[in-house]
Amino acid sequence: MKHTQFWDHTILTFGALIMLVPVVYALMTSSHDAVSIYKDGLQLSPGGHFVDTYKQVLTEAGGFTRSVTGLTMLWNSLILGLGFAFGKIIISMLAAYAIVYFRFPFGTFFFWIIFSTLLLPLEVRILPSYEIVQGLGMANTYSGLIIPLIASATGTFYFRQFFKTVPDELVEAARIDGAGPVKFFIDILVPLSRTMIAAIFLIMFVFGWNQYLWPTLITTDESLFTLVRGMKQILQVWIGAQIPDTNQAMALAVLAMLPPVLIVVIFQSWFVKGLVESEK
Amino acid sequence: MAGIQLNTLRKIYAGNVEAVKGISIDIQDGEFIVLVGPSGCGKSTLLRMVAGLETITEGELFIGDRLVNNVEPADRDIAMVFQNYALYPHMSVYNNLAYGLKNRRIPKNEIESRVRKAAEILEIGEFLNRKPRQLSGGQRQRVAMGRAIVRQPAAFLFDEPLSNLDAKLRVQMRMEIKKLQKGLGTTSLYVTHDQLEAMTLADRLVVLNGGVVEQIGSPINVYEKPASAFVATFIGSPAMNLLPLTKSGGEWKLDNGATVDVMLNTDLSDLILGVRPEDLLIEELSEKSGSDLHTALTVQVVEPVGAESYVHGTIGEGSKDVVVRAPGKLHFEPGQVLKVTAKPEKLHTFDTKTGKRIEIEGPLETA
Repeated sequence: MKHTQFWDHTILTFGALIMLVPVVYALMTSSHDAVSIYKDGLQLSPGGHFVDTYKQVLTEAGGFTRSVTGLTMLWNSLILGLGFAFGKIIISMLAAYAIVYFRFPFGTFFFWIIFSTLLLPLEVRILPSYEIVQGLGMANTYSGLIIPLIASATGTFYFRQFFKTVPDELVEAARIDGAGPVKFFIDILVPLSRTMIAAIFLIMFVFGWNQYLWPTLITTDESLFTLVRGMKQILQVWIGAQIPDTNQAMALAVLAMLPPVLIVVIFQSWFVKGLVESEK
Repeated sequence: MAGIQLNTLRKIYAGNVEAVKGISIDIQDGEFIVLVGPSGCGKSTLLRMVAGLETITEGELFIGDRLVNNVEPADRDIAMVFQNYALYPHMSVYNNLAYGLKNRRIPKNEIESRVRKAAEILEIGEFLNRKPRQLSGGQRQRVAMGRAIVRQPAAFLFDEPLSNLDAKLRVQMRMEIKKLQKGLGTTSLYVTHDQLEAMTLADRLVVLNGGVVEQIGSPINVYEKPASAFVATFIGSPAMNLLPLTKSGGEWKLDNGATVDVMLNTDLSDLILGVRPEDLLIEELSEKSGSDLHTALTVQVVEPVGAESYVHGTIGEGSKDVVVRAPGKLHFEPGQVLKVTAKPEKLHTFDTKTGKRIEIEGPLETA
């Protein structure tokens, strides 16, 4: 027993280190100034410029046009992440509701069409999507950033599977109780799906927050840049004899990591609650 | 309150499966009707057609004086209690009861008073703020019934409501449902596969088999005069003994050669003889006179259940299992041979092919 525990802990510790060391590197490096990083490489010990760097990153305008601050980018990322997650949840819940509870011609066929798009990553349809968004004049807008991405086969599939586990008697009881399709959805199905919604929100928020390719294509206006984009921008500044602001890039990376981590920590309790309490 | 009229109702599913084959029942106001039958006999389908959860392929359904074939379940003025309770898991007991009333835009204070009253009748007042998952099976069943009561509907529909409860609770809830129904006087349609539940609850029983009505009648009537061999074996536990009966040389005989002295008005020469386990008497224990079936029974298994014992045995080579209900204090050994007998008025005969009852006209007159 003791023996097993020892190895368990060794493996766990090793795994945790692999995950954590890069984060610690980023955090420590961000507390040095750019010159010392350029001289000595990445740092594992705390430097004296922690507050300076973060203040600079958050409030000082950067980029080519010198018009975008870290706070703006944080805000943009938040809008993208939230819009992405909520949009996906609303769209996929409604789609799954239609597929599971309504009999319409070719319903199953449409489901499999939606399902098969799971196989296609965003990159496959990125050019036509760009064409359409550009053509609609939605480039460099929040809606252009969010709407083309919110159709979700994954979400639809998860909600479909969940709705199928809701007992038919519940639907029938609601019908006898005089609840129409809309009332049933809002009064019964949505509250029952709470833990499912939390789970999808968690996955989708992180996914949306980390989007890189699409925001890169669709936003040329720096005031719409997200954190993930902005980070790269800083490292690209090689004008003249200027030293890259590695400390600032690292600070942005740490900032970009923070909200997803917070979301996971907050929603984790929901996850556990959903697993422990059986409501059906 | 109202009666319910089923007028040759038929249900044909896609793929031409006929689940309900033209059933007519006239349910009186305030009557407790139990639909009973084996799995797949169409009883649940029939109930769901009355509820409006299944469409009616053919026939007419009246609740009160209103033709409701195409009326939404919510507008049929019925309430249904489901087997798995179907309570809304995220709502408190109070809201579970109130939900249907809220949807009908009944004033808040009226809802409040109706819910309190129902809770009082069902003794669930202290649970009103709990969620269904914090209740036991029996309590959930009460809540499900409460949800039906608060609606004050024309009829209650019960779909095997006691099947998920343990045996002891089932007996208790059975009595409570009966008391409640008598107290409220609401017309009720109750589906079950449990013949004991059916017998104890019903004002009238409807025995279904293969989508058709085998018999409608009061429980005692159905028990004493089963209309078919199917009803005979389905109602009553242990089931009625059925034995082949053949006519040879002007006498009705069992396979083992025992004669059965009955007079039958039939041209058939092959029948089924039915006799209930409690109507088979062990001869040493009974008087010998007036018995018209005598045969020897070889004991094989004895099942003592306390007050009585079920003695399983055979009458001759290759005979079916015959059950005799004997007083519990008697002792039997496997291999023992008993003489059993039955009175003519306790015998039933059925057509071998159709299973229909053929009345026995009386004991054979000695010519």
